[in-house]
Amino acid sequence: MSENLVEVKHLQQYFPAGGVGKKKQYVQAVDDVSFAIRKGETLGLVGESGCGKTTTGRTLLRLYEPTDGTIIYDGKVLFDKKKKIAVDMLPYRRRMQIVFQDPYASLDPRMTIGDIVGEGIDIHHLCANAKERHDKIISLLERVGLNSEHANRYPHEFSGGQRQRVGIARALAVDPEFIVCDEPVSALDVSIQAQVVNMFEDLQQEMGLTYLFIAHDLSVVKHISNRIGVMYLGKLVELADSFELIAHSVHPYTRSLISAIPVADPVMARQSHRIVLQGDVPSPLNPPSGCRFRTRCPYADERCAAEVPEFKEVSSGHWAACHHLDKVK
Amino acid sequence: MSEKILEIKDERLSFFTPAGEVKALNGVSFSMNQGDVLGIVGESGSGKSVTAYSIMGLTAYPGRLVGGTVWFNGHQIDKMTEKEFRKIRGNEVSIIFQDPMTSLNPVYTIGNQIVEVILLHTKKTKQEAWARAKELLELVGINEPDRRLKQYPHELSGGMRQRVMIAIALACEPKLLIADEPTTALDVTIQAQILELMNDLRHKLGMSIIMITHDLGVVAQMCEKIAVMYAGHIVEYGTTDEIFYNPQHEYTKGLINSIPKLNAEEKERLVPIEGQPVDLLNPPAGCPFAPRCKSCMKICLNKMPPKTELSDTHYTYCWLRQKEEFEKGGKAE
Repeated sequence: MSENLVEVKHLQQYFPAGGVGKKKQYVQAVDDVSFAIRKGETLGLVGESGCGKTTTGRTLLRLYEPTDGTIIYDGKVLFDKKKKIAVDMLPYRRRMQIVFQDPYASLDPRMTIGDIVGEGIDIHHLCANAKERHDKIISLLERVGLNSEHANRYPHEFSGGQRQRVGIARALAVDPEFIVCDEPVSALDVSIQAQVVNMFEDLQQEMGLTYLFIAHDLSVVKHISNRIGVMYLGKLVELADSFELIAHSVHPYTRSLISAIPVADPVMARQSHRIVLQGDVPSPLNPPSGCRFRTRCPYADERCAAEVPEFKEVSSGHWAACHHLDKVK
Repeated sequence: MSEKILEIKDERLSFFTPAGEVKALNGVSFSMNQGDVLGIVGESGSGKSVTAYSIMGLTAYPGRLVGGTVWFNGHQIDKMTEKEFRKIRGNEVSIIFQDPMTSLNPVYTIGNQIVEVILLHTKKTKQEAWARAKELLELVGINEPDRRLKQYPHELSGGMRQRVMIAIALACEPKLLIADEPTTALDVTIQAQILELMNDLRHKLGMSIIMITHDLGVVAQMCEKIAVMYAGHIVEYGTTDEIFYNPQHEYTKGLINSIPKLNAEEKERLVPIEGQPVDLLNPPAGCPFAPRCKSCMKICLNKMPPKTELSDTHYTYCWLRQKEEFEKGGKAE
C-alpha cells in the first residue's frame, strides 16, 4: 500500500450569502468531507452541478480558505482550523497545480502562449537564464502536442482542445507532483476529449503524477480513475475503487446516477431499467436535515430526517453514508 | 406506410461572413416519415443545428440557402417568405433549444409565454388558452400548474425550464419537433427525466422528432434512425442498430471508439480521432474527413466519394466502401 500524498479531514467550506446577524445565511458548499489520495493514483470526484466537487478541489489547494477542517500534503499540515495552522502556500504552489474547466476563460487573452506557460517558471525561479526558459517552454508545448511556433501566438488563435493543452502545459511548467483537474474535458468535443484524456494518462505514467479528477461525466471519470468519490449536495456519499463503484454501488444516489447515464449501445439501452429520480437538487442554502439525499431517495424514512448518516466502511476500501444499506438491493 | 412529412434534397447553405464563405451544408439529403425519430449527431460546427434550423427558416443573414430543395408537410421551405414561415413556426414545426436559461424571456411569466403561442396560432379565446396552458404544464409533469403559470423563468430550476420549453413547443401539437441538444445543459438525473418525458409524449402525440445531439448515449436511447454529420455532409445514415453495430464510415467508427464505456470490465485505452476538426472556410477538396482518417487513400484527398448503399436504410459516403463494392464485382463506378 502506497502512502497518502494528500489528505483532507472534515473539510468544510461555507460561503456567506447575505443576511445580517442571526439571519446570516451560508451556502454550505462542502460539509464534512474526508478522503485521502495516494501517491501516483487518480481519485475521481463526480456529482451533479452544485454538489461541491469544484469547491472541494479548490479548497484543497487553498484557493479558498476552508471554513473548517484539516488539509495534509505529503505529511505536512497545510491547514488546520482547530490548531490555527495556515502555512505559506507559495512553496506548495509549485508542487500542487490545477487545470481549469473552461479553456476559454482560464487563459489571459493578452498574454502569448509562451508567457502563459512561462509565468510559473518565472515566479518560482526555475530557470537560470532566458535561453533555458525558452527551451523549457518549447519542450512543454511539444509534450502536450503543440509546437514551438505556437509560443508566440495568443489564446484566441487556438481551438478549445488546443487551449486545454496550453492549460495543461502551464500546470506542468513547475514540475508538480499533484494536479487538480477540474472538469478538463467537459467543454471539448467527443473526439478531442479522448485525445486529452489519453494525454493525461500518458503524463501520469511518464511523470508519476497524482490527480484529483473532477467531472460530472461518470464514464470519463471511471475510465481515468483508480478510485471514485461521489458527492451530493456538499457531502461525500460513496467512495470506492472505480470498478467496484460501478459494479457494486451501495448508495441509492450512486445507483440512480449510474442508471441515468445514457448507454451508447442501443440493445442495452432498450433493456436497461433506469431509476429516474424525481424532483431537483435542494438548495445548498438550506439543505435537508439528516441525510441530504432523503428528499429524493426512494428509501427515506424518519431516521433519515433525524440523523446524519455516518460515512463508514462497508467492505474493504468501500465507503458509504446511508442508513439503509441493507435495503438497497 | 405512414406519410412523408419532410424531404430534404441536396441542401446547400452558406454563411457569407467577412472572412469568406463558410459552407455550413454541402449537399444534405434525407427524408422523414410521420412518427419517425431521427438523431443527428456530429461535433460542433458539423452543421447539425443548421440543418434543423433551415427547416424553420431560422438561418438568417448572413446565412443563405444556395441550392437544393426542402419540402416540409406540403410546404416548399426554400421558396417561403418570412410571413409564411411565421404561420408554421410553433404551429406545424417547433423547436426546443439547448439552453433553457436563455431561451425563455425573463420579463414575462411562464403562462404568458405559453399563451402567446396558443393565441397566435389557434382561434381559442384567452380563457381557453390559459386552460390549455395549464393542461400543457400537467402534460410535461409540472406540479401545481396554477402557481407555476404566474411565475417567472428565474424562479424555476433548469429541468423545470426545459419542461416549460417543451410545453411551449407542444402547445399547437406540431407535426415535427426539433430538439437541439435538449439535455446538454442539464445534469444526468434531470436529463433522464426529460428524455423519459419526451419518449412518453412522442407515443402519446405521435409526432416526429429530430434530435440533435453530440451524445451517442442519448441517440441510442431515443432514436430509430441516425444521421452522422461531418463538415456539412451526412457521412453515414442508417437505423440505430446499423450505426452502432455495423458502422461503415471511418468517422462513425472513430466516434464510437472514442467514448469511454461505463461497463467495460477492464481498463482499455481510448482510441481518439487524431487531428483537429475541419476549417469550413477552407474545406478539403475531397472527403472532408480525409485529413483525419487512418485509412486515407490518394483518391480521398481529391474527390468526394459517391454514395454507397449498404441496405435499404443504410448508406455512407466513403471511398473504402466503394472499393469493397468494386472488388465484389458490384456496380460501383
